[in-house]
Amino acid sequence: MMRDQPILDGLDRCILNAIQDGLPIVAEPFAGLADSLGIEVEELLERIARLRAERVITRFGPFYDAAAMGGAFCLCAMEVPEERFDAVAGQVNAWPEVAHNYARTHRLNMWFVLATETPEDIVRVAEAITGQTGIMVLRFPKLEEFFIRFRVAA
Amino acid sequence: MRIDETDRRIIAATQGGLPLVPRPFAAVAEELGLEEAEVLERMAVMQERGVIRRIAGAPNHYALGMTANGMTVWDLEDAVASELGAAVGALDFVSHAYLRPRAMPGWPYNLFAMVHGRDRSEVEAKRARIAVLLGPAARANDILYSTRILKKTGLRLSRKET
Repeated sequence: MMRDQPILDGLDRCILNAIQDGLPIVAEPFAGLADSLGIEVEELLERIARLRAERVITRFGPFYDAAAMGGAFCLCAMEVPEERFDAVAGQVNAWPEVAHNYARTHRLNMWFVLATETPEDIVRVAEAITGQTGIMVLRFPKLEEFFIRFRVAA
Repeated sequence: MRIDETDRRIIAATQGGLPLVPRPFAAVAEELGLEEAEVLERMAVMQERGVIRRIAGAPNHYALGMTANGMTVWDLEDAVASELGAAVGALDFVSHAYLRPRAMPGWPYNLFAMVHGRDRSEVEAKRARIAVLLGPAARANDILYSTRILKKTGLRLSRKET
């Protein structure tokens, strides 16, 4: 099925790239970017609003790191037998600490993120899921993160 | 970082996004009955402490036609993992890159890099570009495609008082 894709002009693409790098926390955060693009703040705001309305960006605003507020996150994976896959997905997803869960093409075929208030809770929940399902939950905590953004040809 | 009740209210008011107006922090302040200067100062402190990573737009790869995504995983020599991970993270088609512990036996990979493309062949071509960049320091690699989203929820604010 073909889906309609939003049409982005060159300026939209520059804006999309620039707003991923982040804006300063100042009274008029859009002014500097509008200036560097040679447009008025009003036009920049209209374009960002349109990118959001067309779902080119899912949101615009602060990105909070829950881990820095005392929370903990951990990517986890399990090797689930195909015939038990849906049942195990139901067991895993029932935990409110499971934030996302994806089926993936690998022997380790279920990948989910645990989000808890403390690092100890990560271990507790992972072990509880292992106990509940009889399938080892492997933990892949983030050791180092590299700057994240996604660029479109501008 | 310890965040207080006012920080918490600011987070709750802005985690869905900022108003797209010339003075968005003034708009947030007004909604919360605070001064603009206080909101700016608190958010600046949160950014300094890493609670706010940045004020930015989150791209939607699917809307941009990037409907295929592969989690590429690499077994990098430990001594160069950090340096090479940063090089992979800087590639324009990589949206996330992390170093994570190995899980032996069976999982020798310590670098995870999410690659996006229009289809799987484009994702494979990008994986090959990463392989060239890493050279012999990458002893093995694999790619995992997501086939189904089983669950997806947003950030939940901790209820815990700090």
